[in-house]
Amino acid sequence: MVIECKHVWDHISGYLDGTLDPEVLAVVQKHLEHCELCSAILDSTRNILILTADERVFELPLGYSERLHARLEAEMQSIVPKKPDGG
Amino acid sequence: MTDVLAGRDEAQMIASILAGNSQVFHELIRPYERSVYVMALSLLQNEADAEDTAQEAFLKAFRSLASFRAEAKFSTWLISITLNEARSRLRRKNTVKMESLDEPQDEQGHISPALLRDWREIPSEAVERQEVRGLLQQAIAGLPPIYREIFLLRDVEELSIDESAKALGITVAAVKVRLHRARLMLQKKLAPQLKQINPKKRRWLPWS
Repeated sequence: MVIECKHVWDHISGYLDGTLDPEVLAVVQKHLEHCELCSAILDSTRNILILTADERVFELPLGYSERLHARLEAEMQSIVPKKPDGG
Repeated sequence: MTDVLAGRDEAQMIASILAGNSQVFHELIRPYERSVYVMALSLLQNEADAEDTAQEAFLKAFRSLASFRAEAKFSTWLISITLNEARSRLRRKNTVKMESLDEPQDEQGHISPALLRDWREIPSEAVERQEVRGLLQQAIAGLPPIYREIFLLRDVEELSIDESAKALGITVAAVKVRLHRARLMLQKKLAPQLKQINPKKRRWLPWS
């Protein structure tokens, strides 16, 4: 079975997640072997996901954790988390 | 998010907090501080609001800890509280012009990726550069909210497809569709930009 490039693009995300049905995977895989356009799209998408997942992209504000725990400490004292039985 | 959790018994920690050892809550939430902030930031797009919302979300989680059901994962439950807090803050802030949290009109439309003939791998070290970080941040911020949140849950915070569906209260099929669109939108925006990163600065990168 031959598949057009634009139909391969519909499966890029599923391909990266490994969630494609075996038949679809086989067709996509075969297409990727000879299509440099789709291979480049797949490679760039995978590369971009690796870059965006890097912890350095979103940095926590300086002192965030300290302020969070200080506020929790201050406010938790006056809160009693209710027990499931309401007691 | 999961590698630091080995050996933790969260059910036990939660039981202890509910029995009155509220100090254990500090320890319970430590692995999730970052995820909660990033998810709040993803919707609010403002650091101060995101930090405040993160604090509110943790306090809300503490207050309603008794209603947490053990069959869910604590992290998923916490993220869903965070998203709700962020959404209600967004509604309070943007009374006039509000970015729609509903699905954009073109939900069913086809997204074409950026077409390129070859791709030269960009190594993770590139993220050290402010220029590259800026491109990545802008591209993510530019996604419509429903795509931004699924992308961050799945590809940045690394929740599973099932966990993402639970945290957002949507079906697994919807997660897959939105994630696919989010990823292609990012590829379309970022691939041409990253390909053209100022060549003069390539000496900072290992491929030069």
